[in-house]
Amino acid sequence: MKAIGIILAGGGNERLGELTATRTTSAIPVGSCYRAIDFPLSNMTNSGIKKVAIITQNNSRSLHDHLSSPKWWDLGSKQGGMFVLSPYLAGANSGWFKGTADSIYQNLSFLKRSNEPYVVISSGDCVYRMDFSDMLEYHEEKDADISIAYRRVTGCEDIRNYGVLELDEDERLINMEEKPLDPQSDLANTGVYIIKRELLINLLETISSEGRHNLVRDIFTRYRKRLKIFGYKFAGYWRNMGNIRTYYACNMDFLKRDIRGLLAIDPPYIKTKPKDEPPAKFNGQAVITNCLVGSGAILDGNAHGSVIFRKVVTRGNSQVNHSIIMEGTRIGEGCVVEYAILDKDVVLSPGIRIIGTKEAPAILTKGTIK
Amino acid sequence: MIAMLLAGGQGSRLGVLTATEAKPGVSFGGKYRIIDFPLSNCINSGVDTVGVLTQYQPLKLNQHIGIGVPWDLDRRSGGVTVLSPHQKGEKGAWYTGTANAIYQNIEFIEQFNPEYVLVLGGDHIYKMDYSKMLDFHKESKADVTIAALEVAWEEAPRFGLMNIKDDSRIYEFEEKPPNPKSNLANMGIYIFNWDILRDALERDNKVHDNSDFGMHVLPMLLDEKKRMFAYPFNSYWRDVGTIESYWEANIDLIKTVPAFNLYEEFDKIYTDADHQPPIYTGPNAMVQGAILSEGCEVLGQVTGSVLGPGVIVEEGAIVKDSIILENCYIGKNAQLERCIVDLSCTVGDGAIIGCTGGGNIPNELKPKIYNTGITVIGEYSTIPDGMRIGQNCVIYGETQPGDYPGNLLASGKSIIRETRNSDTGGAA
Repeated sequence: MKAIGIILAGGGNERLGELTATRTTSAIPVGSCYRAIDFPLSNMTNSGIKKVAIITQNNSRSLHDHLSSPKWWDLGSKQGGMFVLSPYLAGANSGWFKGTADSIYQNLSFLKRSNEPYVVISSGDCVYRMDFSDMLEYHEEKDADISIAYRRVTGCEDIRNYGVLELDEDERLINMEEKPLDPQSDLANTGVYIIKRELLINLLETISSEGRHNLVRDIFTRYRKRLKIFGYKFAGYWRNMGNIRTYYACNMDFLKRDIRGLLAIDPPYIKTKPKDEPPAKFNGQAVITNCLVGSGAILDGNAHGSVIFRKVVTRGNSQVNHSIIMEGTRIGEGCVVEYAILDKDVVLSPGIRIIGTKEAPAILTKGTIK
Repeated sequence: MIAMLLAGGQGSRLGVLTATEAKPGVSFGGKYRIIDFPLSNCINSGVDTVGVLTQYQPLKLNQHIGIGVPWDLDRRSGGVTVLSPHQKGEKGAWYTGTANAIYQNIEFIEQFNPEYVLVLGGDHIYKMDYSKMLDFHKESKADVTIAALEVAWEEAPRFGLMNIKDDSRIYEFEEKPPNPKSNLANMGIYIFNWDILRDALERDNKVHDNSDFGMHVLPMLLDEKKRMFAYPFNSYWRDVGTIESYWEANIDLIKTVPAFNLYEEFDKIYTDADHQPPIYTGPNAMVQGAILSEGCEVLGQVTGSVLGPGVIVEEGAIVKDSIILENCYIGKNAQLERCIVDLSCTVGDGAIIGCTGGGNIPNELKPKIYNTGITVIGEYSTIPDGMRIGQNCVIYGETQPGDYPGNLLASGKSIIRETRNSDTGGAA
């Protein structure tokens, strides 16, 4: 593989509210046994990338915990590896990353010490499956300086939540606007870019000296005429963990056979940190339909249309519908949980009712005891 | 202390389950293999240097163990080493007995210069803290300590027993005595002072060319008045050496409060879990009284059963009181009862296995192995759509409708085919 990888996993996200109170968005649990970052990270290794940097900043403890060893993603090798890069102090002008570009600039030695001609950049909080070698092929065919993977936004999604690309008939970038008021197209940025490594180093050094720190605004938009920047059409599944609604929808998407197949079942697998839980246990009279269940769960209660993570325990006569129940949460006898997101290690005493709506799921934060 | 794990046994009473797999490599409890239990016990006891002695059908076992990553046995020093029989000098040398196998690896043990050596079998299901056994060994100032299981008195005549004095010192071994004096069974778990073991191995291998711990080495050391002690163990321990005991120990795990608890936060059992997706139960699924491993997709009914990773149970299929191992496919409206289906089998739509009536007729080819009504399907087998198969049947390989006269395989019959839907070598 002719590329190294960079995953931008430093961002905070207020719109996920309590769910990101104790974790960065990239570390948010999704699909019963994964964290969001497993998808971009596995995409990288599944595409043959051997050297990946993960840039962290906000609320990073949980993410660092998850990235306990490069082994889990086949990155524990001498020729390459997994580099978790956090901000550090080294003189007066260092410290927190001032933007996406700055976060890479402050770790420029990672780029300088590599030999691969290309860099694949992905955001860490998107659930998608992409073979970057296809995109790299396109990048070389187009003789592009920069390629930006985009997707067409259709249906009820609001394009104004995304970066919007305007392309000419040759897919060359005309303009790019972050969350525009008046979007000029329905093509949304997926946060996946390929760029020549040496070019990236030069650009970062230039813009940084000008006090600019943002990848999209200060490189892609600003240099769109000087550089050959092309859009790369991505037609597969892609969701970002932008707000509670997309987060909830993404989890529920795992219940659909085609999407589950695409994201989880079809090899190469999405890899995650192994937890070595025993098989999930379905006791006596439980009726569990249209559910995703993680290992180590012990289920006595009923569940329908829900995503149940590892080590969840539900007791008899409880009912969980259309909900996301994260790892280690315990649901007491006779509880009713509907349209809810219960974060990790929540404990519900017998008979508690947690009822939300599809549009606004009820949320219980990590460790809540009711 | 370093551990030597004897994993070369065939386990012939497990029939086709050990056709291409040594007994320690047989799946257990859905996602595990039998050897995961002693290996996990080792690391959970702080024993991080383990030699695994393989002989019979070692390919899959070798792949499973790899460099020991799942058990944290991938170490700079120590870790796990697979020790196969190898050529020495002019001739090759198989492991001819349990003690002979250790004898042939004296050099391996010597490089670690251990004070104590733990010798283990690779084919039992249990959790045990070997460090406590070592404490006992040291406190007793023992030369040899043997883990002892208290078995029911009526069961005792089936075991190798140890007769002890009040201080747990062993004064006599009895092999399957009709009138036992004790109910302490030898579990095949030994701690030796290495200098004593080394000396005993060297001497015994001059006398016996099939040097065995139970038959030769231990009685010899006892005769020599070495300090040998029985370490009492009172927890769950199963020898899953027969089809019936294998089935029962698996099915035990699905009880609401199982005798053997895999769900404790401490002393986890580790295994080489491929990165499997989560479990999915379909809109019409019924899963009750069952344990399911990662990657299972159940659209039909599963009751009283154990499913390994990646098993697919299609719409309308009924799986009852069965063990279905990794990556099997159970077709639409198939019905299975009291079956063991080994890795990667395909059961065709509407096939009925184990519940055709016809009664419990022991298998005609191997009545001693298949006689408890359980039908066993060997790995990579294919069963065509709509076939009906009775009890105590054995199927191995890719079968065609023509193999089933009148679409039926009566109880006690077998079909063994050399061609399988994936060519991995070996035969039943």
